[in-house]
Amino acid sequence: MKELVVLSGKGGTGKTSIVGSFAAIAKSKVLADCDVDAADLHLLLNPTTTEEQEFWSGQVALIDEDKCTQCGLCEDICRFEAIHDFKVDPTSCEGCGFCYNVCPDEAIEMRDCLSGHWFISQTRYGPLVHAKLGIAEENSGKLVALVRQNAKLICEKEGLEHIITDGPPGIGCPVISSLSGANLALLVTEPTLSGIHDLERVLGVCHHFGVPALVCVNKYDINEENTRHIEKFCNSQGVELASKIPLDNIVTEALIRNLPVVEYSHNGVSREIERLWENIYRKLKG
Amino acid sequence: MIISIASGKGGTGKTLVATSLALSLKDNGKVQLIDCDVEEPNDHIFLKPTFTKKERVSIPIPKVDEEKCTHCGKCAEVCAYNAIAAMKKKVLVFPELCHGCGACSYLCPEDAISEIDKEVGVVEIGYSGSIQFAHGKLNVGEVMAPPVIRKVKELINPECTVIIDVSPGTSCPVVESIRGSDFCLLVTEPTPFGLNDLILAVEVLRKLDIPSGVVLNRVGVGDKKVEEYCLRENIPILLTIPLDTQIASYYSRGIPLVEGIPKWREHFLELFEKVNEKVNS
Repeated sequence: MKELVVLSGKGGTGKTSIVGSFAAIAKSKVLADCDVDAADLHLLLNPTTTEEQEFWSGQVALIDEDKCTQCGLCEDICRFEAIHDFKVDPTSCEGCGFCYNVCPDEAIEMRDCLSGHWFISQTRYGPLVHAKLGIAEENSGKLVALVRQNAKLICEKEGLEHIITDGPPGIGCPVISSLSGANLALLVTEPTLSGIHDLERVLGVCHHFGVPALVCVNKYDINEENTRHIEKFCNSQGVELASKIPLDNIVTEALIRNLPVVEYSHNGVSREIERLWENIYRKLKG
Repeated sequence: MIISIASGKGGTGKTLVATSLALSLKDNGKVQLIDCDVEEPNDHIFLKPTFTKKERVSIPIPKVDEEKCTHCGKCAEVCAYNAIAAMKKKVLVFPELCHGCGACSYLCPEDAISEIDKEVGVVEIGYSGSIQFAHGKLNVGEVMAPPVIRKVKELINPECTVIIDVSPGTSCPVVESIRGSDFCLLVTEPTPFGLNDLILAVEVLRKLDIPSGVVLNRVGVGDKKVEEYCLRENIPILLTIPLDTQIASYYSRGIPLVEGIPKWREHFLELFEKVNEKVNS
């Protein structure tokens, strides 16, 4: 069992389109969508959900007005500025329970939060584990960990070869939770100064957690000078630039039809993604 | 007035809108641009600010004085994040799990816990021409973005029109960034991904009770479903930007749209007027 995680730093570089195509090409795999606060992979894979679970995580404080003597201690000690006028703002509360522990009137209760849901689904390409974090909820890192755990269980149980994980943008909590312990990271970037800046940071996170990385430049022909710059950067970091995918509106056309691009067309984009998967397959076998 | 620029889906053009809006407004009054996408801040690439000040962002984490500690276990009992474990003879602290709430040190009956600063990021402050600029940067390998966002938002200057660039998504960093805004512009694109994530972002704004409007970017390929959704939900589309290789080319080189193609300044000023009307009505 080997796990590939697709990351980018910058959002909108094409992670999900590429993972959707890998889903269509790879033979023996489970798919995991770890972008739990804005999941999109299901739009390409048209899943049928077979199992739905609640994700209970963390707590929020609640003040009992009848017991509260309005002493104000809770407001003074809260470092997240979540308490104003003896009321808790649940979107600011980080559930630390400090107020609950110090309230002299025992007027504060800690309530468990239903922070989202996670799903096991079947698709025409194999099983998919995905999730939906509740709106404005915390603990996305824990939900990501849960998605990966379940993908692993399915992979083991069904004797599959790979876990292919669609990761979230950024470099923070859910990214680190998607990355740690994976066998290989594919970093999808674009030849823009923003893309390059963000690639450098997400590669830093890969180094930090000791996960080997490959780079793919999507829409490489938007700015070939920047693409050469990325090539040089990759060389200097000892990281392989594994693929350059051309800009083609066919990717959007496929998306509109809810299809992975490799199933919609067999042009240059599709061939390049197929080559990229072959390369990754060899690396994972390594 | 505080206007935040958010999106749900990444890569839809938040940075393009935030920087072009700031540049368009700079001759009409005081403008401040605050980049709250602390995981991947990009606005500085376009505005090339001169930084005059850099501040570390830290969270307070516990430090246990083993001389005073009686290993009673109270600290571990009150920690909601399992960031402190009390063994029989030693107390272990896991800094990466600590949110810095301070409960353990306050509640330790032996007064054995003090707090030390752990750096999680930096805030850089400066200016780009007449635009006041600040951004936060989460340190690589760090997990917790909200403390960095809170710190950079402390710099909000109420005398200015403030533009806040937000990270993609719908979870805690997004909420932290948008909270307190008078209006939120949601930047999206006319694709199934753009629509799906726009719907999620709209839910966030409804929960926070902040009015919003849409900027629809890369109009050309794609479908009409975002427009249909906005019409159905009564969300105004305040600006559309076409799919255009010239715009993409300027963006790729870090050139703000209104500098590359100056006629866009008019469109961004109109956008601001529409927002202004909505906020004041």
